[in-house]
Amino acid sequence: MHPLGEKYLRKHTLPTIFCPGCGDGTVLSAFLRAVDELGIIDRLALVGGIGCSGWIPVYVNADTLHVLHGRAIPFATGLKVTGPDRKVVVFTGDGDCLAIGGNHFIHACRRNIDMTVVMLNNAIYGMTGGQVAPTSPHRARTQTSPYGNPEMPFDACKLAIAAGATYVARWTSGHPRQLTRAFKEAIMHPGFAFIEVLTQCPTQTGRYMKGGLDAPALLKDIRASVVGKERAASLPPEELADKVQIGTLHTEIRLEFTEALRRLSEGDGK
Amino acid sequence: MKIPCIDETWCKGCGLCISECPRGVLGWSGKRNRRGYNLPAVQQPEKCTACRMCELICPDLAIYVEEEEQCAKR
Repeated sequence: MHPLGEKYLRKHTLPTIFCPGCGDGTVLSAFLRAVDELGIIDRLALVGGIGCSGWIPVYVNADTLHVLHGRAIPFATGLKVTGPDRKVVVFTGDGDCLAIGGNHFIHACRRNIDMTVVMLNNAIYGMTGGQVAPTSPHRARTQTSPYGNPEMPFDACKLAIAAGATYVARWTSGHPRQLTRAFKEAIMHPGFAFIEVLTQCPTQTGRYMKGGLDAPALLKDIRASVVGKERAASLPPEELADKVQIGTLHTEIRLEFTEALRRLSEGDGK
Repeated sequence: MKIPCIDETWCKGCGLCISECPRGVLGWSGKRNRRGYNLPAVQQPEKCTACRMCELICPDLAIYVEEEEQCAKR
């Protein structure tokens, strides 16, 4: 096993439940690199929701909560408020974060509580058998939309920025180096950090939505569907119509929630 | 010389290391591990530039780039 795996993973939980070629493992590996470079494993608290991506914290030998469907962010809020020194990182899926836990997500953005939410977006409900998700593309064929998805997908990053998140980035599982850098920036960011990672799901997205693509082909497909933020600025709008922008999309510094709580409870004279 | 070392216990045979290698160092070995997954193998070690793309992309942390002698030891 990779030396980082030897150092940070719970061996008795391996092998991972991820299917061969799943992007979640790549994200786990990029996250371990970020944790190793920052040296914060003792202060790290991980929270996972339900879904394949919610299993990522279970494999890391740090403080871990594996909680109710969609409720990862409320549990993480509790963790952060009771122990503001903790570095809280939430791993959640697109269904877990935007459908079942959508309201929790926007309110955590609004509060600007210091935590990192990593949303792994595979555009489908992978674990339960390939149902249509709020991030499934328009006209995508899934198990529950056999004639094509009539709905429009969510843009999670735009939602996060509009709701008040202070660090928003989007990468894909085909950009592991950039992902590690984004994890480090997000963990050190004093406020609500949101990272959307576009991942491949060869078992469900590959089979139903893309007509039988395997993991390497799916990864190439994802890479072809994105364009860097800097490059997008110089492209004409018609070329950007079916592209998703990646990069660090938004950063700002605003009063953080636990800091605001502390000021209120200590009474700073305002 | 650094080459990719493959941990046959944890490999799930997804083939991402083979397709992501920019120099075509890796290929299928024709062997299977205990779980029945097809295993990759280093086929052209002299082409490896130790860019670590295989190591970074592997979803199962089953590959890492290291000195050839260290590889055999582990």
